[in-house]
Amino acid sequence: MTSPIEDAAATQSHLDEQSERPKRGPFDGLARRWDHLERWQQWGVLALVAALVYLLPVLNPPLITSEPSNDFPITCANMAIYALAALGLNAVVGQAGLLDLGYIGFFAVGAYVTALWTSTDSTFVKIPYLWTLPLAMIVTVFFGIILGLPTLRLRGDYLAIVTLGFGEIIRLLATIIPALRGQVGFQNVGAPPGTKSDGNPVFANSSGTPWYWLTVTIIILLMVLLGNIERSRAGRAWIAIREDEDAAEIMGVPTFKFKLWAFAIGAALGGLSGALFGGLNGFVNNQKFDVQTSMLFLAAVVLGGAGNKFGAVIGGALVAYLPLRFTGLAEYKFLIFGVILVVLMIFRPQGLFGARNHLLTYASRARRWLGEKTSGSGATAVPATEESSS
Amino acid sequence: MHTLLAAAADDQWITLDWASLGSTFWPSTFDGLTFGAIYALVALGYTLVYGVLNLMNFAHSEVFITGAYAVVFTLTSLGFGASPPNLSGPEIVLNLILAGLAGMAAAALVAFLLERIAYRPLRRRNAPRLVFLITAIGMSFVIQNLFFVWRGATAEPSVTMFQNKAVFDLGGNLIYMDTLIIVIAAIVMMVGVDQLIRRTRLGRGIRAVAQDPDTATLMGVNRERIIISTFVIGGVLAGAAALFYIMKVPSGAIYNGGFILGIKAFTAAVLGGIGNVRGALLGGLLLGVIGNYGQVLLGNGQWTDVVSFIVLVLVLMVRPEGILGSNLAKVRA
Repeated sequence: MTSPIEDAAATQSHLDEQSERPKRGPFDGLARRWDHLERWQQWGVLALVAALVYLLPVLNPPLITSEPSNDFPITCANMAIYALAALGLNAVVGQAGLLDLGYIGFFAVGAYVTALWTSTDSTFVKIPYLWTLPLAMIVTVFFGIILGLPTLRLRGDYLAIVTLGFGEIIRLLATIIPALRGQVGFQNVGAPPGTKSDGNPVFANSSGTPWYWLTVTIIILLMVLLGNIERSRAGRAWIAIREDEDAAEIMGVPTFKFKLWAFAIGAALGGLSGALFGGLNGFVNNQKFDVQTSMLFLAAVVLGGAGNKFGAVIGGALVAYLPLRFTGLAEYKFLIFGVILVVLMIFRPQGLFGARNHLLTYASRARRWLGEKTSGSGATAVPATEESSS
Repeated sequence: MHTLLAAAADDQWITLDWASLGSTFWPSTFDGLTFGAIYALVALGYTLVYGVLNLMNFAHSEVFITGAYAVVFTLTSLGFGASPPNLSGPEIVLNLILAGLAGMAAAALVAFLLERIAYRPLRRRNAPRLVFLITAIGMSFVIQNLFFVWRGATAEPSVTMFQNKAVFDLGGNLIYMDTLIIVIAAIVMMVGVDQLIRRTRLGRGIRAVAQDPDTATLMGVNRERIIISTFVIGGVLAGAAALFYIMKVPSGAIYNGGFILGIKAFTAAVLGGIGNVRGALLGGLLLGVIGNYGQVLLGNGQWTDVVSFIVLVLVLMVRPEGILGSNLAKVRA
């Protein structure tokens, strides 16, 4: 016989398990297996994956390669840039639960910052390309704060509509402000320094591989950084805000401050990816920043599983990759990803991978550890109640 | 293209043209009122749904553009084209009414389907707000791209409804027929909706659900029916707005044409006070006028959109509850 307290504890752990995995998804098994690996094994797998990712444009695997009209290394570089943008949007939408529909606006601002400070067409002071990356982040954070201050105090809908408007307004401003040169745009956007032995620059606009490696390196660094933020007070505050803002506020979480943080971090990453995009293309005009692309970023985050940064990166890469791999799809890509967005929301809102609730994960690990220590009655009680409750 | 290059060489950012604002002050006011009336009609759709469901229905802009397509298709099949038709007055009125009805029907149908296909399953599941919002924007995106795949990236051929004449002279400023029709019709429709909300059984239901859905259900209000009716009313108004929009912008039926208008209409709703029927009218007219002044002052038609957006951000910063402030739930019968 078990004591009522043990009974309750067992039921609670059962409920916890249920709430952790509301529905079985295609990759849930993978996630569980991952959790059971030792720390060093996890690092080993990650190193292997990273090596494969780095080698992707060099290997150019036959089935995965893009269609002949699209250069594969450049496709890879685009995938990485989209993945970076999705990673940033994931911090806003997935972690903090704020709907940012104008992410392309930040992306565009980043690209224009690079163009204005490096392009030969601009009358601004020229600075080295690599300096424009932090500059782009600073400028986009500024824009993020301007948008965030009035809206983040209000309900989520207002943020959504304001950001949606922002995405379109940036494109309009690029069109109607003469100094931003509309469709004519800026040629000869800068690139990181370095020349090959034959005198050509390493970061040429025709070679995607160096850009890909640069972006992947940035992504890996940022994932480590964001992982740390997620486990910090800010990350816990974001999850609390996402799950129930009122409750979080009552428990003393300064919700406005942390929402603004999330929004600013997302804006900075959007600006960074835009700056890389500008550098990769070597040309920035008003044509590539329509709001529809914002929806692609959103679809990337939702597809990967809002709140899961690995998922967001994979989602971002997929969203960039599929139209370039299957050029027949390119015309319908917005429709296809729109339908995917709605269908996922209705049938599987947690996306392919789903947010992994780290706090609960730690709790279950702790319980497992405690259960091993105490052993005996607690361990036998679990199956008994599971039978009775199922 | 040449002017663009030449202007860019001067590295010019923004110029303010006060002289032309002064010289065209009254015409741009009337023009602004006309657009404002259209915004107001679309804004009602946002406001009503927001009041009842507490949801920003992003796809309402696509409800509107569906109406615009239906209006254009109807008029084209009735023989209207780029030049004004050679018909007598009553015949034109009849045709326009027909087109308006088609637009309303199409828009209402899309609004109905939207609620059934996208929002109802989510409500059943008690989905979190974020899921609702993403679905809403996703549906907007899907409908927009359905039109894109079907009709392509170009606008439908323009349809002129009648020879636009000056009707009367107001202190040296001519008032044109379209302005008169649109503003009066929009105000009549808004008064109609206002009375519907205040006086009828359906309106009482809408207000009850807006106030407290659970209690309303306990009191015997059929919540699902109220919600569907709200969507359909919004759709009908958007269809009417579509007729007026095509009257004003003959080549306005393009796949992404609803998008910016939707943002402006939402801005109008927020400006007047979201959830407030009278606020939507006030906000719409104000926004139309402000946007038009901005456009004249800054010297490019697309500045209207930028100015409207800045108005939205300013309103949210200074007075997020809007000018009239109250919401649907507080309306007194």
